[in-house]
Amino acid sequence: MAKDEDLTEGITEAVRDAVEAGTPLCIRGGGTKDFYGRAGSGEPLNTTAHRGIVNYEPTELVLTARAGTPLLEIERALAAEGQMLSFEPPHFDGEEAATLGGAVACGLSGPRRAFGGALRDMVLGTRVINGRGKVLRFGGEVMKNVAGYDVSRLMAGALGTLGVILEVSLKVLPRPPAENSLTLECPPEDTFARAEGWLRQGIPVSGTFHDGQHLHVRLSGTESAVESGTRAVGGERVDDAPAFWRRVRDQQLPFFDTESGPPLWRIALPPGSELPAIEGPCALEWAGKLAWVRSGASPGDIRHEAERLGGHATLFRGGDREGDIFHPLSKTVAALHERLKASFDPDGIFNPGRLYNGL
Amino acid sequence: MSAHDLYRAEDVHFDVDAATIIERLGDVLSGESLIVHESGMRPYECDGLAAYKQLPLAVAIPENVEQVRGVLRVCSELNVPIVARGSGTSLSGGSLPHPQGIVLSMAKFNRIREVDPRRRIARVEPGVRNLAITEAAAPHGLYYAPDPSSQIACSIGGNVSENAGGVHCLKYGLTVHNVLSVTAVTIDGEIVRIGSEAPDSVGYDLLALFHGSEGMLAVITEITVQLLANPLTKQVLMASFDDVEAGGHTVAAIIAAGIVPGGLEMMDGLAIQAAEDFVHAGYDTEAAAILICELDGSETEVADQLEAVQGIMRDNGATRIQVAETDDDKARFWAGRKAAFPAVGRVSPDYYCMDGTIPRKQLAYVLRRISEMSAEYGLQTPNVFHAGDGNLHPLILFDGNAPGQLEKAEELGSRILQLCVEVGGTVTGEHGVGMEKINEMCVQFQPDELEQFHAIKSAFDPARILNPGKAVPTLNRCAEFGRLHVHQGQLPHPELERF
Repeated sequence: MAKDEDLTEGITEAVRDAVEAGTPLCIRGGGTKDFYGRAGSGEPLNTTAHRGIVNYEPTELVLTARAGTPLLEIERALAAEGQMLSFEPPHFDGEEAATLGGAVACGLSGPRRAFGGALRDMVLGTRVINGRGKVLRFGGEVMKNVAGYDVSRLMAGALGTLGVILEVSLKVLPRPPAENSLTLECPPEDTFARAEGWLRQGIPVSGTFHDGQHLHVRLSGTESAVESGTRAVGGERVDDAPAFWRRVRDQQLPFFDTESGPPLWRIALPPGSELPAIEGPCALEWAGKLAWVRSGASPGDIRHEAERLGGHATLFRGGDREGDIFHPLSKTVAALHERLKASFDPDGIFNPGRLYNGL
Repeated sequence: MSAHDLYRAEDVHFDVDAATIIERLGDVLSGESLIVHESGMRPYECDGLAAYKQLPLAVAIPENVEQVRGVLRVCSELNVPIVARGSGTSLSGGSLPHPQGIVLSMAKFNRIREVDPRRRIARVEPGVRNLAITEAAAPHGLYYAPDPSSQIACSIGGNVSENAGGVHCLKYGLTVHNVLSVTAVTIDGEIVRIGSEAPDSVGYDLLALFHGSEGMLAVITEITVQLLANPLTKQVLMASFDDVEAGGHTVAAIIAAGIVPGGLEMMDGLAIQAAEDFVHAGYDTEAAAILICELDGSETEVADQLEAVQGIMRDNGATRIQVAETDDDKARFWAGRKAAFPAVGRVSPDYYCMDGTIPRKQLAYVLRRISEMSAEYGLQTPNVFHAGDGNLHPLILFDGNAPGQLEKAEELGSRILQLCVEVGGTVTGEHGVGMEKINEMCVQFQPDELEQFHAIKSAFDPARILNPGKAVPTLNRCAEFGRLHVHQGQLPHPELERF
């Protein structure tokens, strides 16, 4: 295992040099999400050597680690104390490579998101370098903190366009003592109603995945709650469930394979939404609030359909990575994005164009 | 009046002509929606922090979004400060008027537009009271989770602006975790929708940025919140301890056991006594601390956890454990805690409520220091503590009519907040910075960080007319505060030039 090291100084110097020279930087951790967002450009700035868990207080439910710390290292440290990252960040093709900084920059959450909160919900504090080469600390290691704007959460999903993330403090949660997963026949359009019905009966649903034919349900909670939930849900037990949910989280199921076939779209939907009328196979997560669609339909049509349903669409894998990847912003919101970006990174050196063209 | 000047010279640099402003706002608002006479404006001169008072030039009470846009456009054009206000329950002076500006009251935006029980969503206007959302959801077996103690009065718009918490945050989150989207009017009078009913907002998480932004970025006109299903079962228990440290250890042990209670509250001896005298909740007045623990979930889950928590309490030296047997018992256990502020209000002419958050392991040290410092000032400071999330509310008792006591209380308060920062916490957990804690922000943040905050503010409000002088201190203010408050032998900002 690589050793823990605080490279704040070196990274800050690299940023200052880049600012001075006007050189755009392409911030990169383990590279497991290189595919995500618009195509990257600029001089690589690697953060993986800036690593290590800085502070972990199990009884305070808080962990702070440097950006380059592998998620796996964090997850193992938490597991040793019976705790977890409740948002289950994807590792994708790099079980060991994916880093905390990359996870936060991409803001992606796994199967538990609809039942236990998103990555952004668990961010308590950050240390970042802004585009003036200043090291700044926001938030902290406490659950409740309204001093100053919530810059820490703003970093989640900003794809590194606002600053270089150096350190993140997260709220962590106890790992439920029992878990069981079931699979049952269920029309995809019934996913929301079924999951909602279970939740309202107090059944501790912690993940759903509908592959088009079958609904897979994970229950996590106390022994007694999982036991009675298992009886109420019915269906067949999923063998080696942890591996199954890892494959869902990391998109290792054949459905997600974009080596061949049409691009993979990620369509976020309001609760209880009808399914998007888009040609192509569709899988559902998050009690139906997230649709994965393999479709060669035109991006315009797909976004139009997502909007009709009150959702938004991301060209997740494949397709034209130079074009629009994320759902277009309204004119006013786009203007706020530009000004906000400039407030952090006036010279536009951080991951230019990765999130939106011109940002 | 506060013991120190509220607004600084740089906060009141606006060149305004009251008559022109009133005339132009009169084009946008009808007669009773624009208050310009002193007697009519008096109720708006302060919020929940009544020691700070300031009359505005006018109070605008728009009825619809078009009028809000009109007011913002007029104020933008004339460069007039705007202080948005919900129910005015802020404890930090967040809606304290600006002497050269107007108050924008959102009180008439008080409609619940939609409750969708199937999808567990409510769409409301910002002036709707927090509790009114839960009341509207209740017939469907649903509720809105964040429950600040002022929930009977405080508005959801104010909750977003302060990122309000409450007693159930550890398990159910803050306002930011329970709001799906907001519609807001920008300083240019443009309407923006931030967030969405679908998960994960598009682009930057502006929704998170708006939470706790204290009316500095835009004016919110509609809010969509998620509702939760009522827990199937609830159980409440209360334990007494001989010292607060044992209470703190108990909290840590409950969490180490993998239990996240719905509510976990601690009170110290002074607070217990005041609450017991007021509501007769059967609190153990011999105890140095009591811990109230609420467990919720399915029946079997709660039964398992109840047993575990009682064991943990015993192992950590609880001198007495009471388990609520009836719904009345549950209500009674909570009654004392929920009435802690008014209870303290009964035993002292005035009290000043602090809102620091600390890492819980520092609790015993912080309480000891608070007690020592209080003695230094000759003041008493009962403490109530959201033990689950580390949010501490010391209540400094004083008599505003006794010469010098307000100054003492303010100074003690400031030192308590600095203590919270020192142990790795924050000056405000849920009440906001407002005007009250603006100086202590200089202790928590470095100049570069404050500059970044100011840059964010300018991105939304280039003329800086939304709630000027609040939430984020100017570097000048910090330089001056630093001269007065030497911190551990060091000036907070040695790099700044001093005059």
